[in-house]
Amino acid sequence: MEGANCPIPNKHNEQIILGHGSGGKLTQDLIRDFFFPSFENQILAGFNDSGIIEWGNLSEEYQNCIHRIAISTDNHVVWPLFFRGGDIGRLSICGTVNDLAMVGAIPLYLTAGFILEEGLSIHTLENIIASMKDAALEAGIEIIAGDTKVVEKGKADCIYINTSGFGVIRDNIDISGANAKPGDKVLVSGTIGDHGIAVLEARGELGFVSDIHSDISPLNELVSNILNVSKNVHSMRDPTRGGLATALNEIAKQSNVCIEIDEIYIPVNPAVNSACEMLGFDPLYIANEGKMIIIVAPQDTDVVIDCLHSHKYGKDAAIIGEVTAEPAGKLLMRTSIGSRRVVTTLSGELLPRIC
Amino acid sequence: MKYLSEFRNSEISKGLIEEINRITEHNWTIMEICGGQTHSIMRYGLDQLLPVKIELIHGPGCPVCVTSLELVDKALDIASRSDVIFTSYGDMLRVPGSSGDLFSVKASGGDIRVVYSPLDALQIAQNNPDKQVVFFAIGFETTAPANAMSVVQADALGLDNYSILVSHVRVPPAMHAILSSPYNRVNGFLAAGHVCAVMGYWEYPPIAERYKVPIVVTGFEPLDILRSVIMVVRQLENNTYEVENGYSRIVSFDGNISAQKMINQVYLNCDRKWRGIGLIPNSGWCLRPEYQQYDAELRFGVQYIDPEESPLCISGTILQGLKKPIDCPAFGVECTPSTPLGATMVSSEGACAAYFQYSYNNQTTV
Repeated sequence: MEGANCPIPNKHNEQIILGHGSGGKLTQDLIRDFFFPSFENQILAGFNDSGIIEWGNLSEEYQNCIHRIAISTDNHVVWPLFFRGGDIGRLSICGTVNDLAMVGAIPLYLTAGFILEEGLSIHTLENIIASMKDAALEAGIEIIAGDTKVVEKGKADCIYINTSGFGVIRDNIDISGANAKPGDKVLVSGTIGDHGIAVLEARGELGFVSDIHSDISPLNELVSNILNVSKNVHSMRDPTRGGLATALNEIAKQSNVCIEIDEIYIPVNPAVNSACEMLGFDPLYIANEGKMIIIVAPQDTDVVIDCLHSHKYGKDAAIIGEVTAEPAGKLLMRTSIGSRRVVTTLSGELLPRIC
Repeated sequence: MKYLSEFRNSEISKGLIEEINRITEHNWTIMEICGGQTHSIMRYGLDQLLPVKIELIHGPGCPVCVTSLELVDKALDIASRSDVIFTSYGDMLRVPGSSGDLFSVKASGGDIRVVYSPLDALQIAQNNPDKQVVFFAIGFETTAPANAMSVVQADALGLDNYSILVSHVRVPPAMHAILSSPYNRVNGFLAAGHVCAVMGYWEYPPIAERYKVPIVVTGFEPLDILRSVIMVVRQLENNTYEVENGYSRIVSFDGNISAQKMINQVYLNCDRKWRGIGLIPNSGWCLRPEYQQYDAELRFGVQYIDPEESPLCISGTILQGLKKPIDCPAFGVECTPSTPLGATMVSSEGACAAYFQYSYNNQTTV
């Protein structure tokens, strides 16, 4: 018995209620019983308002990276929460890890903020947290700060997650969307369109079933391997929303170059191709969450492609094009029948063709 | 047969293009009248590969593009009502009405849902008996059978909360309108493959005979289109004007009889306004009197909405093949896929959108 005052609330083991976001005992119970055990680390165990990074506790190599750090943030609202090949939890970790890796940073720490809808099943939350734990372990990062809010039923789609991330950049690394140069080769690390189609199928809207898996993966180890074999990688980008076409257009504009790709070399899973044909989508614009574009000086193309092929997340990598000077700012594609056309950025929402 | 790769074979394409070059002696203007074919021509750069003597012009074959402004405004009116779930194919959501589009109605709280089939809309109606569910029934003959079936099924189920906003258009009257225009430049037609899969091509011999134009039923893959161009050009060079079937793996002369029966059961011919072109008599389908309780225009009392078109947009002349998108002063300036003035820029199958998307510096090059 706690004393002569209001009774303590029930534990509520089945569902999230508004009290879990009040900052009181229910919130603390939620954090201690579910978040902390999965994200367990010394910084989080401090249970302070902020996670404190002791610079001296980092490895000597990272301690020396004092000139540049990378910070990225991402919001995750994917629906449904679970789909073949991934879930919102895995996505929340890999999305931010990959954003850091794409600038050549070594991801070290993430924060995780949760907006939970009243009524969310605790079991569902546990599964999401477990997935985040697995992804964090695979990526070699720690979650060192977090926040939880609960909104009334109907004010959110079960759960929204924000992750922000922090990484260090070695002094000899200079990777940017503005660094692509005429003569560079354009590589992609694997098949495109898998994630977007897997999510659409999981929504049950497509009217067919397939074996398409989302490709959500942490790419930081692959990036580290690539940067160890080549000092001439100029640009990297993960083609998430907007797809390969949008990401390549961004680089072409940032670097003020032309990028020319060859349609026949772009790797696409046959099932994804068929799904896109049926629905009137173009795989070039479908989201990916475990793929990357690498733009590298021509003399290092072979070592980079070999490095990709020897890693589980790069086994379907391909050389798909090259950088030229003109027309600057454009993405061109040589089609499968030999003509050449402009490929633009995705404009607005991706909508299926009706006829 | 893996049509995705085999009908896009570059070696065979080269052979067909060489044949086109070999047989073409005079200048010819060929029109396709299907948004899917426009899309394919631009996506594969087929117009770049043809000899300069052959000009491909894009007819009013995009059902999204030709949906009249008044019907879009009626859709916006209905969709903004609090008791309505408005369902539509995705491409219609961005078509500009007089003020805003379905996306902006959705952002303001309208319950608007993208569906891939009218039968999905029917299911939504069954699942939401306290709401009125409306399906935006646009399209050529291709989509008409399924839309008709949804009405028949609603009737069989006794659903009183399902209706369709009908905007069906028919290809043969459009061809008559184009060919009878004093400005007509069309020498030959590529007929729409999926329309003909439903309707057959028995309606086309009178058109070919009357206007002395060859018509070839055409598919959508690069090899389909190139082969049909060969068939049209051969006829033009030989001064013949017959209807040929270049899509025989899908299309028969009589078409899909069951689908036509469904259409005839539910619809009858009526006049239809085409966006940018105007009224073409007998060019649409409307619900028969016995199905009029499923007519959303009547149910929601929007039949009197009658807006005026934007003066800047010349999509009408583009849809008739009289001008190209680059002839429009607003093209790429005020009018882009992000800020479309007319439907030909909104829909991915519209001539302006296809041109903007696929042309190098807005001009085709090799």
